Amino acid sequence: MLIKKPTDISENEVTPKADFDNSRALISKSRRNFLAQSSSLMLASGLAPSTLWAGNKIENYTKSSYSIKDKPTPYEYVTTYNNFYEFGTAKGDPAVNAHLLKTKPWSVTVEGEVGKPGVYDLEDILKRQQLEERIYRLRCVEAWSMVVPWIGFSLADLIKQMEPTSKAKYVEFTTLHDPEQMPGQKRSTLKWPYVEALRMDEAMNPLSLMATGLYGEEMPNQNGAPLRLVVPWKYGFKSIKSIVKIRLTEHMPKTSWNEVAGREYGFYANVNPDVPHPRWSQSRERVIGASLFAAKRKTDMFNGYGEQVADLYKGMNLKRFF
Amino acid sequence: MAKRISKRQLTALKAIVFIASLLPFSCIIWDAFNELLGADPIQTLHFRTGDWALRFLLTTLAMSPLQRVFNSPLPIRFRRMLGLFTFFYTSLHFAVWLVLDQSLSLDNMLEDVPESPYIILGLLAYSMLCALAVTSTAGIMQRMGKSWFTLHKLVYLIAIMGVVHFFWLTKLDYAEPTVYAMLLAVLLAFRWRIIKVIFMPKEKVS
Repeated sequence: MLIKKPTDISENEVTPKADFDNSRALISKSRRNFLAQSSSLMLASGLAPSTLWAGNKIENYTKSSYSIKDKPTPYEYVTTYNNFYEFGTAKGDPAVNAHLLKTKPWSVTVEGEVGKPGVYDLEDILKRQQLEERIYRLRCVEAWSMVVPWIGFSLADLIKQMEPTSKAKYVEFTTLHDPEQMPGQKRSTLKWPYVEALRMDEAMNPLSLMATGLYGEEMPNQNGAPLRLVVPWKYGFKSIKSIVKIRLTEHMPKTSWNEVAGREYGFYANVNPDVPHPRWSQSRERVIGASLFAAKRKTDMFNGYGEQVADLYKGMNLKRFF
Repeated sequence: MAKRISKRQLTALKAIVFIASLLPFSCIIWDAFNELLGADPIQTLHFRTGDWALRFLLTTLAMSPLQRVFNSPLPIRFRRMLGLFTFFYTSLHFAVWLVLDQSLSLDNMLEDVPESPYIILGLLAYSMLCALAVTSTAGIMQRMGKSWFTLHKLVYLIAIMGVVHFFWLTKLDYAEPTVYAMLLAVLLAFRWRIIKVIFMPKEKVS
């Protein structure tokens, strides 16, 4: 029988290897202190947790009026509790493995029904955008939620710059496919590369955000660096990470979770407390960072963004188009 | 393995197994009080108590095959204790759900349970396990006679339900429940004759 030992760690007795193995537990105490004390050791070992890679401050961003008033989830939880199967299926895997991802240089291929197809350097794309901070609630299909202060720019602006043709009805996004940088892709859990898509009017909604950072810093790799989508009224899996390709299409693209389990994960995936997942209820959500005895939060229709997005689905049967 | 051990040795061994069986519980409590349960503590508690419930269940089921393999009566002496620890960790698992996940609210349960097949299955398996736990004393065993053994054959069904429960709550990555399923399959293979009798009662197996 395997007996697990408690991992009681104090900050001054860690060794570089232990840092790596226990990065989740360590980061959750007092990350900044810890990093300050041991970063040189970790850098020397080459085994530093990927949180160290972030930390570059983003200058020049405005505060968006789309932000919600809720208190953001602590940084250590936002960066250590991630669904990013490209780095492993456990919540802590991305924080441990994402340092393998090289985000500089990064280019994005733009193709399909656009007037300006091509391969664009991310730096060049960013030069043309106005960055803003938006505090959004992220609701996962697994019935938990967190509040994240994203930094990014409007997806609508980016699409306009691509000059969509009249045939462009959908926007398809693709994540990087490179098992050397994304070791989770060595296993066939999902079909790689990860693909997500929005209807054109959803993509053009002002809430749809292309995020490049969070908490005033460049995006940590485990959160989808260097460029990810954030669609706050949909379940988290729609908000695709580490985007390398954007394609505008006439027909509805095939999307990853929908392909692997279409009965459970619809194309729309709008947050909806009245439509349960086939295996669990969606009416309430565990709040990440809340106390152990706190009651679950009631899930809001469209994750609370109904005022801005309900019109997109007027007349649609949301039980059928879940 | 020694065929005979003294009563004192057996008591000492039982004490060691008892304390060892409480170690996972101590770790969970330690982590809970030191805020080491991570970003989603309720989920962490669910998984850790559930994992240990399954591990103890499989360990319990391993005792009679061990007896056969080593031709020693010793493993069977620990079976009841391990079975009760299975019940202990399953009860913790249930308590986490009832108190932390559902906040003891009947409304919440009426909403969640019908929409979650894995919870229905878990509750069914737990109620059967309760029946085995309350009939586990020597006195009741004696009074029930032959029917005790029939009742306690339910443990095979409970184990299957426990593993299916794990499969049903899993999102896409079935590696872990598959390991439990394979271990259970091996343990059930040792009971092939009994299982045959249960499912094909007409066919007398000698």
